Parts: sequence; structure tokens; C-alpha cells
Amino acid sequence: MRDVAVVGFAQRQMPDFDGSPTCVEMLVPILGECYEQTGWTRHDVGFWCSGSSDYLAGRSFSFVQAVDAIGVTPPVNESHVEMDLAWAMYEAWIKIQTGEVDTALVYAFGKSSAGVLRRTLALQLDPYTMTPLWPDTVSLAGLQARAGIDAGLWDERAMAEVANRSLTDAEKNEHSIRKGGSSVEELLARPMYADPLRKHDCAPVTDGAAAIVLAAGDRARDVRDRPAWISGLSHFVDASSIANRDLTRSPSTAKAAAKVDLRGVEVAELHAPFSHQELVLRRELGLGDDVRVNPSGGALTSNPMFSGGGIRIGETAQRIWSGEIEKGVGHATSGAALQQNLLCVLEASTGKDGA
Amino acid sequence: MGKLPAAVVGIGQTHHRAKREDLSMAGLCREAIDRALLDANMSLDDIDAIVVGKAPDLFEGVMMPELFLAESLGAAGKPLLRVHTAGSVGGSTAIVAASLVQSGVHKRVLTVAYEKQSESNAMWALSVPLPFNMPVHAGAGGYFAPHVRSYIRRSGAPTHVGAIVAAKDRNNALKNPYAHLHNEGTTVESVLASTMLWDPIRYDETCPSSDGACALVIVDEDTAAASPNPAWIHGQAMRSEATSAAERDQVNPQASRDAAAYLWKQAGITNPFEEIDAAELYVPFSWFEPMWLESLGFAAEGDGWKLSESGETAMTGRLPVNCSGGVLSSNPIGASGMLRFGEAALQVRGAAGEHQIDGARKALGHAYGGGSQFFSMWVVGADKPTS
Amino acid sequence: MSRTLSAPVTVAFDYTRSTGPVLGRFLTGLRDGVLVAGRTSAGEVVVPPLEYDPVTHAQTTDFVEVAPVGTVTSWSWVPEPVDGQPFDRPFAFALVTLDGATKPLFHAVDVASPAEISTGMRVQVRWADERVGHINDIACFEPLGDEASARPAGGGILEDNLVSGVVTPVSLDYMYAASPEESTFYRGLDEGRILGQRCPTCDKVYVPPRSACPSDGTPTEGEIELSGLGTITTFCIVNVPFLGQKIKPPYVSAYVLLDGADIALLHLILGVPADEVRMGMRVKAVWKPREEWAYSLENIDHFAPTGDPDADYDTYKRHL
Repeated sequence: MRDVAVVGFAQRQMPDFDGSPTCVEMLVPILGECYEQTGWTRHDVGFWCSGSSDYLAGRSFSFVQAVDAIGVTPPVNESHVEMDLAWAMYEAWIKIQTGEVDTALVYAFGKSSAGVLRRTLALQLDPYTMTPLWPDTVSLAGLQARAGIDAGLWDERAMAEVANRSLTDAEKNEHSIRKGGSSVEELLARPMYADPLRKHDCAPVTDGAAAIVLAAGDRARDVRDRPAWISGLSHFVDASSIANRDLTRSPSTAKAAAKVDLRGVEVAELHAPFSHQELVLRRELGLGDDVRVNPSGGALTSNPMFSGGGIRIGETAQRIWSGEIEKGVGHATSGAALQQNLLCVLEASTGKDGA
Repeated sequence: MGKLPAAVVGIGQTHHRAKREDLSMAGLCREAIDRALLDANMSLDDIDAIVVGKAPDLFEGVMMPELFLAESLGAAGKPLLRVHTAGSVGGSTAIVAASLVQSGVHKRVLTVAYEKQSESNAMWALSVPLPFNMPVHAGAGGYFAPHVRSYIRRSGAPTHVGAIVAAKDRNNALKNPYAHLHNEGTTVESVLASTMLWDPIRYDETCPSSDGACALVIVDEDTAAASPNPAWIHGQAMRSEATSAAERDQVNPQASRDAAAYLWKQAGITNPFEEIDAAELYVPFSWFEPMWLESLGFAAEGDGWKLSESGETAMTGRLPVNCSGGVLSSNPIGASGMLRFGEAALQVRGAAGEHQIDGARKALGHAYGGGSQFFSMWVVGADKPTS
Repeated sequence: MSRTLSAPVTVAFDYTRSTGPVLGRFLTGLRDGVLVAGRTSAGEVVVPPLEYDPVTHAQTTDFVEVAPVGTVTSWSWVPEPVDGQPFDRPFAFALVTLDGATKPLFHAVDVASPAEISTGMRVQVRWADERVGHINDIACFEPLGDEASARPAGGGILEDNLVSGVVTPVSLDYMYAASPEESTFYRGLDEGRILGQRCPTCDKVYVPPRSACPSDGTPTEGEIELSGLGTITTFCIVNVPFLGQKIKPPYVSAYVLLDGADIALLHLILGVPADEVRMGMRVKAVWKPREEWAYSLENIDHFAPTGDPDADYDTYKRHL
């Protein structure tokens, strides 16, 4: 396998983006930041891949106009997944592994505020027997939360601890939409919203976009003194049916964890849009208590659709670049109740001679 | 590290129809998948990863359908990806699947592309009006017809060339049991007599709207050794450009030319017309055959129509194009690109049945999408590539 | 004034879905007042039945009827229902394991508050007044009471009339916003002006203006007013009617390269018989009456021939 590193990352998040659902104007400065960080121009990028969803935008081919943001004269080697940025990054990493290219820039965007997100996502379910009931995402997460509560695996206090820690950490993150920790008691005193979930147990609806830059070998070393080397990248999916799964588990997360080496991970950015989901993920990843989870505040404080997962990877990469950590993991999820999961382990060293 | 060798050892497709009312979406995919696995002599349990491709979710009204389909496709507990590059998606999906093997990450990848258009209405899904705009847009045909007119003007082609291509593809389809349209008695005259839909494109020069799926099993060298006739991937390319950039050539797009040049180089092909034994080109409106022949380098600019007119692209010609009947005879949009890639593989495996070109050893699969801006193509061969 | 223009858009279609034999059998059961589960190779009894076995991957063929009565295994309160949900006032969604099944079914439970529902509670099906073969044939679940009402008289599948299709309407409302550059364009149209912008990198004039010039990714800038005179580069005659169509066919849909612009825009041609329209024809914008103007390209009703000689092919051939 080639050594590939994350060498650039940029993001924008806001509660209510008033521009076009194709998000082109949001992408232009984000790509600009990537060029600033790397010293590249668009001509240095070997492969482009984007992540987005037509249904978020409300129109077919919504990703097509976003390609304008790249500047595609001359034509580019480009692809698109109807998935989160993390999977667009995966496709790019694969492309680099084939040897066809040495560098890639992946980007993703989503204007959730254009529709009613928790209703739109009901379209991700079985169209014959689930979508006609319009199960909203909060209710589905609530079923999962209660399953764990009933089984004695977590309680509302554990959920509130996740929320409080996240809100507190978010105070240091300029991109977070929701911030301001208080105390577990104060959070528990707040009213139930969608029993068993309180409002702070659910990610805010966020608009946003993000981009990640990948480079192989020396191309990475040319850009960064401390590239964030991808030492493990793995993803799996579980069956969709909410009714048919053990909602307190995430087998696809465990399978992904088994494929990578999480020993020595200092930071774990886990894509958990609902507080109890962090508890599920921690358990499947077997993270020790010494691992810092979501120092960015995590998805609970800001969750732009289709870049939320990739942002976890970018946030982890930034801490490696700065020297704060040696090893971290970014996790991304897709589908209802943690159906599909990806892990990206990043390290300051490639583990090979001298690096 | 270069690309590891990869080969197609299983190809399956559905019987494409206007409406497959006998199946659910999962059933449609499984019909193609089960055929591909049978062809590959494998089961779902042998598969390491699954890549799904399909065009806009609005067609079926399901967002990210690979999620609800995961279990039915045998993907639960495996890695699953979903590609969407507009009309070229079937091709791009096959390329992503091939990359998973070529990178050394997986050994046996199943890829499926589908569309169940009968659940809604393709023209509606492609033409939902946007606020503030002028609602002149009239579906795909309405988009491409002006550019067909430009080609005819530029090349000076006689106006019956489109009908020649249409009659050819529709008659070829009679030899393909899976094709949607089996229109007996199609002639150049009958095509010219059909209703003009978006002048200059006529009804019989236009693809149908189909329900259908295509699946491929792509494997590494070791696994391919067990197959009597793998289709080795000699090269693949994807290129994209903008829908509406100033002075963009909509007839012979730069991205198409760049993709083809890169592809031929990878596959070691210096004279495509001589070296390619069969081509499956994405021709949803018949005039795209001469347009793509030029853009891909089979003919000089302005001369593509001569190949079509002279019969060189018929099954008896020197460059048979769309022996399967092509997109003109079956168009489940998300699957159409993969069908081109798969039919090319069938040719070099000697498995194309009645529409087989004898002795075909190298074939081209081609797909395009969007406003003629996304291109994906591959060359497959009966021999393992040497480099 | 907001930075960008926005307008509502509804994307709606009544999807006609064919179900295949497995889901068809389940929906037939609902129509006929029975709950049909599928048995997996591992012995699980699942309702609705899985289309394919999780282990053998074979299509499910082993069906068994389960009771319309069961136990809540998880629930969640819905305080702000969204369109299309079983109730428009707060209710609970739940997982209900029906007697005889080993896995739960997802549906709504009609209770007035979270206090009235709990894991372990016994519930029964409330059937819809009219059953057609749709998941909503189960109107909801309700606390166990008169069990007999959950078993419609004459229960049993009508084998000679199996359901094979279901209609599931999907309607989503969006607020569509134009980009700031597009908004400038539409505001201009509201004042009777056609505005373009220039890309500072490649110097091309775009109409409408763009958040990123597609050639190099730079936002276009400035304000260039165009006269409304232009050349038809290419066109087609739309003859085919289609769902959602706004203009009655046959009509000419043409690319008009406005004088001063480097990109053509798509519009309607009138004032000349369709079969007399030519590539290169000189045309001008014909505006609707001022009182009908809005933020829209439709303020220009159509383009009509000026009567001037056609433009030389060389002047527009790069725009084809």
C-alpha cells in the first residue's frame, strides 16, 4: 500500500445558508483555503471527488453545478458519490492506491435547511413499508436510545455527560453551531423533547461544506512537515431495517475497527449526531477512558449533512499537523441509527524507516 | 506501485422492459446479480465488497437506496459504496469497482447498477422546473437536440444518418434477448417516418425508458485464473468538464477527447479503428454514434457519419458498434453505462451469443452523462495486458 | 433586502411501486386483515418479511401468519409530527413484537402522552377503515383492549388476488434559493435589465453571472448590461408533451448568444414559424408588460427575429 496522507482541510458551517443548494459560493473559498495550505493550484490535483445528495437539494444532478467551483478547463479526472465526504475521500484514496494519481482533493456540501431534514431523511428507509409512515430521524434515534436504556447499557445521565462535554469543547471551535457547556444536572433539568431524547441529545440542523486534500509519499512531505498519514481506512455497512437490528450495537463499526489498529489512539472524532450513539461507538471501538473523544465538540454541536463525517477526519488531521497528537481516528456514519460506518486512522509517522 | 491486473469474470443483466412489474427494486438488482454470480461461478459469500451505481434518486423516490437495499444485495457486513455521476454512472461505477481490485484492497468485487424508472416518470424527474428560470427545458432529448443540429451543420452530414444508426441498433437488439425493444421491421424509412420529437431528433431515434439492471463480478489475477474466459481490463478513464462554460464544445467535448486519449495510451492502442474489434458506445439519440466516433478517434473530425452511413459500424462492418442494440434499445439510465462496459466484456469473452462478433479480442465500453460532460470508458481484452 | 432570492419548490410524485412476491404477499395480508411474516433460515420470524434470507441470500418463501397483538419493545415520542406521519398531533413511534414473531415491526402507537406508553406494554392493531394493500392499512397500534376488533372478520389471504403494486406518494417542500450572482441577474430582470458579469481570470462574460466561472473557479464580477439583441446559435423544436411542462408544444427552444456575452442562454423563440428558425438568426428580447415582471427570466416572454441578415457562421461557431 502507498503511504497517503491528509495534508489539507477546510470547512464552513452555518445554521442557515441563504445561497444556492449547489453551494458553489461556499466551495470556492474552501478550495481557496486548501490551495493556501498546500501551495498548490487546481492543476496540482490529480483526482477530484465530491459527496452530496440530490434529495437534500431537491433536484436531480445537484452535484453537477458544484463542479464549476473547481474550474474544469482543462477537463479533470473527477467522480462523485451520493455519500458523505468520508466516502468520497475513500474513493480518492483508492484511486491513489492504484497509482493512477498522486494527489486528490475531495469536497462535499449540503444545504439541509432547504427542506425539513428529519423528514427528508425518511426517504433513506425501506420505501414500501417504512417511508410511507415518514419515520423522522429523531424518532429512529430515540428508539435506539431507549433500547440501550432498557437494556441497562446507558442512561440519560451518560447521554447528558456526552452532551455537556461536547458543548463545553465546542466553545473552542469557531465552526460549531451550538456551544456552551453547563453541567449534567442543568442538562437533565431541561425538558424532554422526543422522549427519551432532549434537544441537546440531537445534532442541530446545519448547512455546510468541507474539503480534504490527500497526497502520496513525497508529495505529502512537500506540503507538510507533519503529514497526517492514513495508517488504516476501513468501512462496512449493516442491514437497514431498524426493527431487525440490535440497535444497541453497531457491527459494521466493530468490523471496521478490527481492520485497523486503534492502539495508541489519543483522539477519536466520532460522527455521532445523537448523544447515545457516541456510547455505542465507544463500545464497538473498544476505546479506553484515556482517549479524548470529540475535542471539536463533535457532530452533536454541528452536523452539516454530507460533510459531517469527513469533518471528523479533518479535525483529527489538524491535531496531528499541529503536533498535539501522534495518532488519532476519525469516524463517519451514514444511514439511520449508525447503519454504515467508516474509520480513518491517522498518524504522524508512516511507521516506515526514518519517518 | 502500478495497477494490479483485474478482470471481469461474471456479467449479468435483467430483461429490460418499460415496466418490470413482477419485481421489487431489490428483485431487479438480484436478477442481474444472480446471473453475474452464476456466470462467475461464485456466491454472494465470496464477494469482498459491493459497489452500487444509479442515477438521480428522484427516479425511484428513494434517497441513497443502497442503504435500504444493503441486505438484499448481500452487502450487510461488507463494504458498500454508491457512485452517482449522472448518465455515465454505470461506467464510473464499474471503474470504481475495478479500482478496488487494482489497488490491492479487495480481491472480488460485485458491482451493480440499476434504474427502476417506471416507478415515476423519467422526463418529469429530469425536468422539474426551477424557480426564476424559463421552463423551456424539455428533458434529455430537448437538451441534446440543439447540439445534434450543431453536429449536422458542422459536419455537413446528410440528414438520414441518424435513421441509419437507429435502424441498425434496433435490428441488432433483435439478437439480444435482454434488450427492451424488440421492434421487428425497423428500416431507415420507418425511422424517418416516425414523429419528430425534438427536431432534429425523431421518436425512433430516441432511447426508451426502461427498468433494468446490470451486474459485474470483477476479480484479481489469482481469482481470474479459475475462469476459462476472463475479460481483462486493459485501461479505463474518467474525465469531467462543466455543463456551461463559455465556448465549450458541446458536440465534441474536450473531456471526451481527453478521456479517449488517456484510455488508448493506457491500453497501448495507437489505431483504435484497426485495433478495437467491437465498441459499445453510449448512444441514447442515434446521432451520437457519429459524434462519438469522431470524439473517440475512430474517425477524423467531421467524418464520423461516413462510418455510420457506409455500414462500417454494422455487425458486418469493420468496427461493429452496439451489437447489443445499445442505449437506443434499452435505457435503464443508471445501468446503461455498465451495460456498455459489460457488453464489451461479453464480446471479448466470446459470450455475447447471437450478437457476438467472431474473434473479438479487444472491445471498448463507453458511457457519458450530464450535459455531455462526464465520460467514463474502458478497454477490455481476451488477453492479459502485458504491461 | 436579503442577499439572495428564494422561492418555494415542491417536488412531488405518486410513485407506483411493484412489490415483487415477498412484499406483495405481506401487503396482500394487510389488505385481507392478516399479518404475514417470513421465516428465515435461522428460524427468526420477521414481519414485514425480509425479501432475501440474511444467510442463504435466497428469496423468502417460508411465510407464517402472526397475531395482530404484541408487545412494545422500544418507543419514542414524536412531539412535532411532520407531514405524512400517521398523526398530526403528538404520538409515539414504536417497535412492536407481534405474538408469533421474533423481531419487531415499526409503526405508530396512538397514546396521548409519553406517560401512557412503556416498553413491555401490550398493544393491538387498529385497522384502517379501508384496506388496500399498504402499510397504512394498519392505521396504528393502540393499547390492548378488545382483541376481537384486531381480527377483521373473514381473515385470510385471497390467494387468487395477490397485491403486486403499491402507490407511495412522496412530496417534499423546499425553499429554493438562488446564488448571490444569480440573484443579481434576476433582480436586474425585475428592472427590465439583462445583467452579465465578467470572470477576472479568463475575461469571459457570463449571463447569468456565476459563483464560479466553470473554466477556472473564479467568481464573476462587475455589472455588464446586455442589450437583449443576440444570435441563435442552435435550437430544437420541442414537439413532445411531458409531465410538468409549462409551455405548450410545438415550441422552439433555442440558445441565444446575446451580443456582448460569451455564453448563450436557453429561451423560447416566437414570431416566426418553427420550421423557419435558423442557426445564426438575429433575434431580440420581447418583454412581457412591465406590470407582469417578477424575479424571473420569464419577464422576457420570448425572443423574436429582428429581420436583420443572419450572423456569419464564424461569429458563433465557437459557441456550439
